[in-house]
Amino acid sequence: MIRIEGLSKSFGTTQALRGLSFEVSKGQVVGFLGPNGAGKSTTMKILAGFLVPTSGHAYVGERDVGVDTVATRRMIGYLPENNPLYEEMMVVDFLAFIAEVRQVPADLRAERIRVAVDRCGLKSVLGKDIGQLSKGFRQRVGLAQAILHDPEILILDEPTSGLDPNQIAEIRGLIKELGREKTVILSTHILSEVQSTCSRVLIINDGKLVADDAPERLTLGAEGGVITVVVGTRLGVGLDEAKVRQALAGVAGVTSVESADAEGPGTAGFKLRYGRDDPRRELFEAAVKNELVLLEVRRQHVSLEETFRKLTATDPSGPRAAA
Amino acid sequence: MNPTLAIAKREFRTFFSSPIAYIVLGGFLLVAGWLYFGTLFLAGQASMRAFFAIAPVLFVVFAPAVTMRSIAEERKSGTLELLLTMPLKDWEVVTGKFLAALGMVAVGLVWTLPYPFTVASLTAPGVAFDWGPVAAGYLGLLLMASSFLAMGLWASAMSRNQIVGFIVGLLLCFSFYFVDKFAILLPESIGQAVEYLSVDFHFENIARGVLDTRDLLFYGSLTAAGLVLTTRSLAAARQ
Repeated sequence: MIRIEGLSKSFGTTQALRGLSFEVSKGQVVGFLGPNGAGKSTTMKILAGFLVPTSGHAYVGERDVGVDTVATRRMIGYLPENNPLYEEMMVVDFLAFIAEVRQVPADLRAERIRVAVDRCGLKSVLGKDIGQLSKGFRQRVGLAQAILHDPEILILDEPTSGLDPNQIAEIRGLIKELGREKTVILSTHILSEVQSTCSRVLIINDGKLVADDAPERLTLGAEGGVITVVVGTRLGVGLDEAKVRQALAGVAGVTSVESADAEGPGTAGFKLRYGRDDPRRELFEAAVKNELVLLEVRRQHVSLEETFRKLTATDPSGPRAAA
Repeated sequence: MNPTLAIAKREFRTFFSSPIAYIVLGGFLLVAGWLYFGTLFLAGQASMRAFFAIAPVLFVVFAPAVTMRSIAEERKSGTLELLLTMPLKDWEVVTGKFLAALGMVAVGLVWTLPYPFTVASLTAPGVAFDWGPVAAGYLGLLLMASSFLAMGLWASAMSRNQIVGFIVGLLLCFSFYFVDKFAILLPESIGQAVEYLSVDFHFENIARGVLDTRDLLFYGSLTAAGLVLTTRSLAAARQ
């Protein structure tokens, strides 16, 4: 459905994309992750037909977005970053205008607008100027505009940025629903959003693809995880932190021990990292042997956040400038 | 509806929903009215001549004021990205904006129509009022306006600040008005070439009631050049 081949883009001396390539097949919901300035928006702008790449190609279906500009744009619904809208227009006029410019056939127009308004819950604000709307409603107008012509592909650049948690949940639900019938690419900073809505994650850093996998698999690598423990002595007093630390470090499977928050006097908190083997059994045995009480044992898998941080850590060898 | 016309319609409606439209149109009509009634009451002449003589200067200011926000505002608010990802060619966007601007100027001109009608009603009984030069004059004004608007549109496409768009447009239009004003000091051959570039010179020909293809061609090519340059500015915005 979407194919990107060796895409590069420079703005003056900064290079935003350096030979990015990936494919998205029909019906996938793809999350686009990356730090600010990694090239997410640039890629989306090229796909949507706003920017022209410096080199490389982007295909929608079998068509090059740089050649068949009009035909490819017709297949795409696009919500740009910051959601620019004509502030002085009424919601209903704006949607009618988009339908006209998008050349939705006259006999289908009223129906399509009705469907978009229903889906995005805009009925109550149809007669209001867009400039008066709250951020949540503005975002819905942007989405309504993107789905108005019933496109096969949706490109959503940070669809939930700046919304409150309730609005985020609403928009996410809407995207999930749309994802059942359409191919969706969305970019975001919220990693949990990717886990909850996307079937595939692309992480880009510095204009290049650094990871491409299902969100579960990115988090469930062979990396193991972290166990947070809070311990106390059986008597409640006389805890020797150094001794405890030594005991914990000796547990089979634990690779490192860091201090963490305690839970008041007479207790100590630690963060234990482990490799492939789960050390919780050994941990219990060690606690018994050292006359310690485990007040809390909490295991976390490596989160998407950690994977993200690891993959996109800025290279200390040099600043990001054009080659 | 054709998407070009959809853009023109939106643009036209937006223009009239902002106070700028009424200030610009009001200013235009005030000056035009003052010129017309000045000749009528002070000089005691019922004539359109003074109005047509000064109209080019008026349009040097009026046309860029109409086009100044057209593209600059879209660049500033970011809606240009929305517009340029719609399924249409850049020249269709530019044409839509141009048609809207021409429509606004036409609205301004409609409000000056009472002047020729009062002149016609004031002619001596038995003498037929000659509508030819008046009709030609209005046609000339529209042609001149379209060339100014095309240049104003280009100026608006170059900046995201509408004031800059206005000033650059004003300078562009003014230079095409002013270019032959010192032609008399130049050698004849150069003087004639310079005269050909003058918007005013061609307008005077048309306002006299002479429809010459050379004049039409001049306005046509100036308009086309402005629109092509505007389209190229949009293409540059995609880089």
